[in-house]
Amino acid sequence: MDVSELTPVKAQRRSFREARIGKLVCISALLLATSVIAGCTNDHISFLNPQGPIAEAQRNHYWIIVAVVMIVVLPVIILTPVIVWRYRYGGNATYRPKWSFSWTIDILIWGIPFVIVAVLSFFLWSATTALDPYKPLSSTKQPLRVQVVGMDWKWLFIYPDQGIATVNRLVFPANRPVAFELTSATVMQSFFIPALGSQIDAMNRMVTRLHLIADKPGSFQGKNMQYNGKGFYKQRFTALAVNDDAFNAFVKSAREVGRPLNQKQYEVLARPSTGDEAAKALGASWVGGAIRFSQVPNGLFSTIAQGPSIDWDALDNASSVNRNASASAMRNEHAMAARDNDKVPARNGEIAQ
Amino acid sequence: MSHFLDMLFGRLGWDALPFWTMLQDHSTLSIINGVIATAAASMVVIGALVTFGLITWFGKWRLLWSDWLTSVDHKKIGIMFIVISVVMLARAVIEASFMRAQQAVGLDGGFLTVDHFGQFFTTHGTIMVFFMAMPFLTGLINYVMPLQIGARDLSFPVMNSISLGLTAAGAAIVMISLMFAPFSTGGWSGYPPFTELAYSPDAGVDYWIWAVTLSTLSSTLSGINFAVTIYKKRSPGMHLFRMPLFCWVSLCTAILMIFGMPPLTVATALLALDRYLDFHFFTTDLGGNMMNYVNLFWAFGHPEVYILILPAFGTFSEVFSTFSGKRLYGYNTLVIATMAIAVLSFTVWLHHFFTMGQSAHVNAAFGIATMLIGIPTGVKVYDWMLTMYRGRIRMSVPLVYALGFIVLFVLGGLTGIVLANPSVDYQVHNSLFLVAHFHNMLIPGTLFGMLAGTNFWFPKAFGFRLDERWGYRAAYSWIIGFMLAFFPLYALGLLGMPRRTVTFFEPAYLPWTIAAGCGVIFILFGGFSLCVQLWRSIRERHLNRVPVGDPWDGRSLEWSISAPPPEYNYPVIPQIYSRDAFMREKDEGTPYQRPDRYQDIEMPANSAMGVVIAATGFLMAFGLTWYMWWLVIASGVVALVAIILRGFVRNTSRIISAREVQETHERWLDIVNHTPGVSRAQEQTTANRGRALPPINGASQ
Ligand code: HEM
Ligand SMILES: [Cu+2]
Ligand SMILES: [Cu+2]
Repeated sequence: MDVSELTPVKAQRRSFREARIGKLVCISALLLATSVIAGCTNDHISFLNPQGPIAEAQRNHYWIIVAVVMIVVLPVIILTPVIVWRYRYGGNATYRPKWSFSWTIDILIWGIPFVIVAVLSFFLWSATTALDPYKPLSSTKQPLRVQVVGMDWKWLFIYPDQGIATVNRLVFPANRPVAFELTSATVMQSFFIPALGSQIDAMNRMVTRLHLIADKPGSFQGKNMQYNGKGFYKQRFTALAVNDDAFNAFVKSAREVGRPLNQKQYEVLARPSTGDEAAKALGASWVGGAIRFSQVPNGLFSTIAQGPSIDWDALDNASSVNRNASASAMRNEHAMAARDNDKVPARNGEIAQ
Repeated sequence: MSHFLDMLFGRLGWDALPFWTMLQDHSTLSIINGVIATAAASMVVIGALVTFGLITWFGKWRLLWSDWLTSVDHKKIGIMFIVISVVMLARAVIEASFMRAQQAVGLDGGFLTVDHFGQFFTTHGTIMVFFMAMPFLTGLINYVMPLQIGARDLSFPVMNSISLGLTAAGAAIVMISLMFAPFSTGGWSGYPPFTELAYSPDAGVDYWIWAVTLSTLSSTLSGINFAVTIYKKRSPGMHLFRMPLFCWVSLCTAILMIFGMPPLTVATALLALDRYLDFHFFTTDLGGNMMNYVNLFWAFGHPEVYILILPAFGTFSEVFSTFSGKRLYGYNTLVIATMAIAVLSFTVWLHHFFTMGQSAHVNAAFGIATMLIGIPTGVKVYDWMLTMYRGRIRMSVPLVYALGFIVLFVLGGLTGIVLANPSVDYQVHNSLFLVAHFHNMLIPGTLFGMLAGTNFWFPKAFGFRLDERWGYRAAYSWIIGFMLAFFPLYALGLLGMPRRTVTFFEPAYLPWTIAAGCGVIFILFGGFSLCVQLWRSIRERHLNRVPVGDPWDGRSLEWSISAPPPEYNYPVIPQIYSRDAFMREKDEGTPYQRPDRYQDIEMPANSAMGVVIAATGFLMAFGLTWYMWWLVIASGVVALVAIILRGFVRNTSRIISAREVQETHERWLDIVNHTPGVSRAQEQTTANRGRALPPINGASQ
């Protein structure tokens, strides 16, 4: 499959056809619980059908929690009706109106939940540290770096090492870690590819991080989870994991058919609009409107991260400074920048300069 | 001239009318939404006109004014709180039905515009939390707690009336936003920078800010009032550890209100400074940081969820022990559990934003703290089951709610533990899984608690029982409706469907949204049943009278007096010797004693302060929203002058003579003595006049 040719229109049409069939199947299957697990389309939409190790671990952890907590939940659901029946008014079971305490029972009802929480805390601690979205994934391959900019109501994906960018279309090699840096050019948003792993917030003047990996080639649904206005429900994208050749072809085609991302293009992009509207506004000649940029100014991402207005003149000659800023930005980094000098003042103790 | 009009109306223009867009834009979608919005606005107008008309027709303005609006009686204020809450509940449920209907047909389309849907979830959430649940529980505590501790009123009766006024003003602001639209689309949490001027320039967010501000001020004052009352006004012998559990939860709720509400008042005030005076607390530029808002909001928000749930826990405790004819199991541990919850609830707020990128260790610490809260909550559930164990369980309407509650609530607890795990929360945060979780706590918890409480204490407040047949129908419909409407949302959340989304494109979601839509039909039937229940009960009130005041063979003090109680509650302040004080008297065969001596009773005099604050608060908020500065200044001045003048009022109390008290009381005692006691088998029959057979004669067997 030559990804560079797989246009969203085609992909969409295909998923529509599948959608129709899926709908029928679903309704006739009358809410069969299996549809939760399988989903109705081939587009991977949920961590219940994980496509990468992180989502898989999350799914397993989810079921462990459910199973363990059932130890206290099930007795309530089963015993409540039993008690109500056995001690009903008019029945002749024992009646002890003044009985109101027993140490044995109390030790049990405090003790068992305590043990359960202790067990779950163990899982919680290890899963939280192991699946920390900031933690680079171990792999023999060098991670692909992608910088994600949340915009109203679309996603800009910058590939700093390839020097290209796309909108609402994330293509990356399967089986190779992807290291995301995220920020927002506008209000808060939350970047999420459920079938691969965690969501993470993208906030203006802050940079967050996320690491994901896909087991094998496939197409996964991505979206914004944090309401940000009119176009929120359309702020979705396709994440495509492809083999290395297809990825190289994708990069090449972006360089060929794309245009450079300059001030003019960026300003059109930054206006509140959905991905499709933006493609139209840019007068995109790209097939199907998948916006691709052949060149991205160095340090554009960290400049966006520093505040809402961008000094394009500074961007061209101060790019190395910005690169530094982005590279040394740390966890929970609040790349708060006074825009009139290019120092990035510290928040949580880090100086980025 | 136009300059004058600008000053007069601020930025309020024709385009604020709900049908304005429809007149400009004739697309089907715009017309449908215009019609819905206009119908809603007309309902408000018609509702107001009909109410006014009826009061005038029956000539009840004077009565309304002197017996209700200016009354500082905690019982009347409690009832008025609950009336506001029920009206707002109706609106919020209708809005919820529109949202569910939209999503049931929402694959790739639907009939609501994005903005309209945004206003729906924002007003629904804001109303349900601030103008349904808060007034309901405040009203219930107001009514019940002073009776249970043997007090004659709250410590600060006029302040209580002002709390009511502030809540009423906030509710009115939300209502008037239907006529002069729009409301905010920023959700009940109003996160900036979306709610900043740069992204939400219209009046919507301002409505939201002032409605919420009025509500939080009201609740802070209520909290202070409740706490002081419990500390200071218990009757002799009512030690803290002899209080009914409902009073303990009232105390915890009050403490949570005192410390939990101000962070939100501050957050909305700072947001207002941003929006009105160009400050930059939470903006994207000039050093603002929205995360400060998020922390402030949840420093309020998590204690808030316990404010919402604790009064329901208290109600259920009373309901379980009364209708099991048995002492509450593990009183001491329940108290400890409640206190533990109250304290721990200030230490977990970060679990609302695990996804903001703090370190794994911070997330894990807060996750574990959150799970720890699950322990006392789980213990409570078992305590209630053990209360029923070896009891004599009567399936009354409140008990049906209570049983629905414990079975459903543990499922909500289960998903709460799921959400407490940061690595799993990364998957379901902001999704419908979260929406299902909090509704699973708030509907079986808060709402069922309040409905159980209403069915339980209604006879005390009005002197007649509520109709049981429609009561059961309502309870069962709510339970079934809840399950149908919200369990599918768990599936949708696991399938990755975001909350607050008007439309979706995944066919896999459709069966679930349709199922949830069907659930709403049951919920609406439940709401309808509640109305019929009230209607029939009022119609048949003469048959269902319980003048003696103890229809359920109650255990605590409030059941020992007439129904409805006299305005001073207790002709003589009772002396308390144990827990379940009234049950002990009945056990010993000494209830309904004739006191040796009566004394004059001093009660607080009526005050118009509540009404003044309600009116000025409303006008000020309205003026601020639409930039009518003259209105802001004028109402501010009136409020200030009224507050100063109140300082000069001398006659702040009223004496009820010992003779009058004696006459009223002896008349009631006569009724008591002439009323035969009934066994619990006759509880739901007209034979029940509110006097229970003494336990020794097998009251509960
Ligand atoms: C009576 C049945 C109810 C139904 C059918 C219902 C339905 C809904 C729906 C459809 C939403 C929007 C979900 C979304 O974001 O996609 C929602 C949100 C919400 N509901 Fe309810 N709800 C009900 C009762 C309640 C109650 C009793 C409370 C609180 C005491 C409550 C509090 C909320 C809150 C806080 C939100 C979030 C609003 C936001 O996103 O900002 N709801 N509800
Ligand atoms: Cu941040
Ligand atoms: Cu919380």
